[in-house]
Amino acid sequence: MGLMRMSKIVFDESVILLDVEAETKEEVLETVAQNLLDKGLVKESFVPAIIDREKEFATGLPTAGVSVAIPHTDVEHVNQKTISVALLKEPVDFVIMGDDSQTTPVQIVFMLAMDESHSQLSLLQKLMQVFQNEETLKYLISQHKKTAIKNFLEEKLELLALEGGEK
Amino acid sequence: MAKKNVLVACGAGIATSTVVNSAIEEMAKENNIDVNLIQIKIAEVSRYADTADLLVTTAKTTKEFPFPVINAQTFLTGIGVEDTKKQILDELKK
Repeated sequence: MGLMRMSKIVFDESVILLDVEAETKEEVLETVAQNLLDKGLVKESFVPAIIDREKEFATGLPTAGVSVAIPHTDVEHVNQKTISVALLKEPVDFVIMGDDSQTTPVQIVFMLAMDESHSQLSLLQKLMQVFQNEETLKYLISQHKKTAIKNFLEEKLELLALEGGEK
Repeated sequence: MAKKNVLVACGAGIATSTVVNSAIEEMAKENNIDVNLIQIKIAEVSRYADTADLLVTTAKTTKEFPFPVINAQTFLTGIGVEDTKKQILDELKK
């Protein structure tokens, strides 16, 4: 069912943000979401929706070595699916997923803008594999060039294979 | 052994429940357990209060349910995932 009408995922330098400076998780979310809005990938409603969703259902993950967060929200706020990656200049506390009482100092944010529910299994599984590898996460936070991050994640997430190469 | 109805839930029903759903599916297959997986948003859980046998979720749950609830955050971080799998398997075998 899904395969026939799967739209192309946007993943290029424009959705990769380096040295994001923020005091709070709300500031992080706003910066990353606003960039997606500026690129036309999401609707205006995506920005408040992602902040509200994080309040209700936190997405901080205390992964090995480097904590990450995977903010996401409902499909109706999305124009075109993308994974936005933001490296934070200083760690910002996010509440841990499924746990109201604890936070984790997040250094990398993967903002998921998905346009179909229950989809993208293999992509999400590969993303979780990235989270479960301390070396990979450490490599990512040591990068200072968007193209290096793009190429690295494209390979790890097999984005080119999934999409059948360049457009 | 009756086929168990297992709810797999996250906040949006989009991302994390998809991954957890697939992991449980695989685990059940490996153990030859026939299971009925239902992937939903956490807000929809009460709709299944009478029919579900187990809830596996990455979202917080404050409500009380008449079935066990297992936190599945470990499927995403990989840390402690074997314990979580064992918990789920124990419930499925009941």
